[in-house]
Amino acid sequence: MATITMTVNGSEVSAEAEGRTLLSQYLREGLGMTGTHVGCDTSQCGACVVHVNGQAVKSCTMFAAEAAGAEVTTVEGMANADGSLGVIQQAFQDHHGLQCGFCTPGMVMSAAALLKDNPKPTEAEIRDYLEGNICRCTGYQNIVRAIMAASGQEVPGAIAAE
Amino acid sequence: MPKDSGIGASSKRREDVRFLTGNGNYTDDININGQTYAHFIRSDVAHGTINSINTAAAEAMDGVIKVFTAADFAAAGGIPCGWQITDRDGNAMQEPKHPILAEGKVRHVGDPIAVVVAETLEAARDAAEAVEIDIDELPAVIDMKAALDDGATKVHDDLTSNLCFDWGFVEENREAVDAAFAEAAHVTSLDLVNNRLVANPMEPRVAIGDYNRSDDEYTLYTTSQNPHVIRLLMGAFVLSIPEHKLRVVAPDVGGGFGSKIYHYAEEAFCTFAAKVLNRPVKWTSTRAEAFVSDAHGRDHVTKIELALDADNKFTAIRTETYANMGAYLSTFAPAIPTWLHGTLMAGNYTTPLIYVNVKAVFTNTVPVDAYRGAGRPEATFQLERVIDKAARELGVDPAELRRQNFIKPDQFPYATPVAVEYDTGDYDATLDKVLELGDYNGFAARAAESAANGKLRGIGLANYIEACGIAPSNLVGQLGARAGLYESAKVRVNATGSISVFTGSHSHGQGHETTFAQVVADMIGLPEDQIDIVHGDTSKVPMGMGTYGSRSLAVGGSAMVRATEKIINKAKKIAAHLMEAAEDDIELKDGQFSVAGTDKSVAWGDVTLAAYVPHNYPLEDIEPGLEETAFYDPANFTYPSGSYLCEVEVDPDTGTVDVVAFTAADDFGNVINPMIVEGQVQGGLAQGIGQALRESAVYDDNGQLLSGSFMDYAMPRADDLPNLVVDHSSCTPCTHNPLGVKGCGEAGAIGSPPAVVNAVLDALNRAGHKVDHIDMPVSPARVWAAMNS
Ligand code: FES
Ligand code: FES
Repeated sequence: MATITMTVNGSEVSAEAEGRTLLSQYLREGLGMTGTHVGCDTSQCGACVVHVNGQAVKSCTMFAAEAAGAEVTTVEGMANADGSLGVIQQAFQDHHGLQCGFCTPGMVMSAAALLKDNPKPTEAEIRDYLEGNICRCTGYQNIVRAIMAASGQEVPGAIAAE
Repeated sequence: MPKDSGIGASSKRREDVRFLTGNGNYTDDININGQTYAHFIRSDVAHGTINSINTAAAEAMDGVIKVFTAADFAAAGGIPCGWQITDRDGNAMQEPKHPILAEGKVRHVGDPIAVVVAETLEAARDAAEAVEIDIDELPAVIDMKAALDDGATKVHDDLTSNLCFDWGFVEENREAVDAAFAEAAHVTSLDLVNNRLVANPMEPRVAIGDYNRSDDEYTLYTTSQNPHVIRLLMGAFVLSIPEHKLRVVAPDVGGGFGSKIYHYAEEAFCTFAAKVLNRPVKWTSTRAEAFVSDAHGRDHVTKIELALDADNKFTAIRTETYANMGAYLSTFAPAIPTWLHGTLMAGNYTTPLIYVNVKAVFTNTVPVDAYRGAGRPEATFQLERVIDKAARELGVDPAELRRQNFIKPDQFPYATPVAVEYDTGDYDATLDKVLELGDYNGFAARAAESAANGKLRGIGLANYIEACGIAPSNLVGQLGARAGLYESAKVRVNATGSISVFTGSHSHGQGHETTFAQVVADMIGLPEDQIDIVHGDTSKVPMGMGTYGSRSLAVGGSAMVRATEKIINKAKKIAAHLMEAAEDDIELKDGQFSVAGTDKSVAWGDVTLAAYVPHNYPLEDIEPGLEETAFYDPANFTYPSGSYLCEVEVDPDTGTVDVVAFTAADDFGNVINPMIVEGQVQGGLAQGIGQALRESAVYDDNGQLLSGSFMDYAMPRADDLPNLVVDHSSCTPCTHNPLGVKGCGEAGAIGSPPAVVNAVLDALNRAGHKVDHIDMPVSPARVWAAMNS
């Protein structure tokens, strides 16, 4: 066991971890930040996506020790300073981009990484980018719409919530 | 004009805020002081005799608290089955014991043998390596038909064979059906497989058992779609814990699709072990474990025959199905291939004679139970495939052949020959709608465009009918259910007028917290945010049969309406007293009580306050307080229906199928929240298209699950799916529930697989390949083989 320190959502935090402790485990169990989810054991589902030094990373594929000293952003860090939903989060709510919510943290973090690199993605680019995020509930359509909306683009055929 | 709140409004989902900010409360997010960690040691062979289990070395390891085996559960019952089927000879089905941990034999890969409980999960996993288990492997029984051969290895030595039951429905029709076939002008027959699937909700199952010695109370936190059912099954049948000493909590649950209906061994284990160890015990499934321990779905092998007369009217249907039960009977397993499948074989059509035979078979595979649609997708797939094949054989338009045989709007209520009575429907309306939205008539131009790009384009149609609500109790009791299938709701109005609704339905993605609040808000005329929906905790909700079979709004919502009506009736009495008017003259609108024909009125909040501060109150007539409970047991199933149209492009060089357009026209009766309904259909379509093209749980001959991870089991991804056009403007309200709703959760998964397969076959046949059928998943290899055979 060693103490690992990193910056998560702007605050410096520390917790004990073994060498084999994954970043996803460190966040959930070490820090009690359960917004990041674990949906598989083969790095396939993307429920665990966080940002490490600005890059989208599946936190189940990285040891906590590798993230020592890094800047980590999780879904808990995506709201506005006043606690209201951030642009991407709000678009997910407006366009019903989530049902059970389990894949949602990973979807939001992946969407944020996509829009950083590609501020106006096409629908095809969004679908392609989400290759590493599985959602069993939504059929993806409203996730795609939400990301289109978050990027300020027209969302064809959507029933937006009131 | 779309409404902006209440019934019919696309209200934003309130639950989203916590999910989007990482504040959901899923079972694995719960940690209890002093908790221990359970790691299950599971069989890696499909069938074998356990010679010995030596736990001594593991128990001596650091951090290990105890290693449990079947010996620790000698006094416990087996995991019960909730539905009994009576076979063609009037005998009860064969029902083997399903122990919590394997007793003497293992019967499928994943069957739990022992459990290490330790201070940390790592310690438990490490110690599992030190548990010595000696197993003699036995031949595995995998193929259903081979399992029924004389002399086949038996999955359960104490049963007479691997046949669970041989069910005939409607047995009395059998001879008449055979006679109709003898007289038919045309008979189309088809052999097909409804592929075995894994539900794979994104949240794996979790169970946490907790025991409180001071009051002898147990709490189980579990990823369940129906916590009260788990309390009943586990308390009464497995662990003998009286219901008042057992609390089951299912907090936020990350999807279920059926797989979280059932009572599982891990729930009983954690609850039991918590008392033995006097410490909380937590188990979180890995995805690898989920593949071999969550109940699977479908897995039917069927021969269907359709008889038609000289005018192409359907005269009879005959089917023979082998339904895989797996190694043990899961909670509702026997009901799926029987009452949820045979009763739907009339589909949307007037076929007068139907006979369904189902042989349920034990094999050395994971138990099979309901998965989104449950029996109804299997029925729909057979029917819509055989009709399509008939249309091709007869050279008629598949849409017209269907239409010609539809039950017409003026024929409702319509009693089918398979024991159900459809209350209402308009199948022409959804068919017209889907053909229009999907531009059926413009197909030729699109096909030409595809051809110019070297692709084969096909179009496929399917209609479906489903029976939802899973009720009424007196009927399901006759059919073998060992439970009632009503729902309860308690409506508590607080003194200042806000409302808490406690519902026995459970939301794990369906958005009940929003939809249910819309209904109550509409009935009283309050803002939706004045209403809270509470679910998922047996200590809060009076009773509940839970969420499956698209029953939440139709049954749970109806219970809530009934309880709210009682609230309104009582509140009117109070209002009448306050305004010194006759009760019959009191009207409630927009949260305001008024006296008809006068300008007297009193606000909702004044009445609710009077109920709790009864200074000026009709105490001689009614009690103070404003809280009502209702149980609702419906008069019938509900019957959502619809028509789906799929267009595919097939790459003739590789056999790859691309779904390029999909249109769904559904009739769900009245719709409370159109946005949520659209989302439910989209999700169901994704699962149905996934079944048709990608997903498959494949066992090898030794009973190893070959597609046991997301690397091998092809979950649909964002770029596998097209934009889905979803319409629910056709509406024939349910005639027997107060909201006129039918249920929308499963439709997409029921209607889409045959539409996709029909489209692929259409593409191939148009291109001159005479292919009658391709089994799901319609993979590139299968398509290519069909084209090149
Ligand atoms: S948990 Fe990280 S990819 Fe599935
Ligand atoms: S919302 Fe349930 S998995 Fe995506």
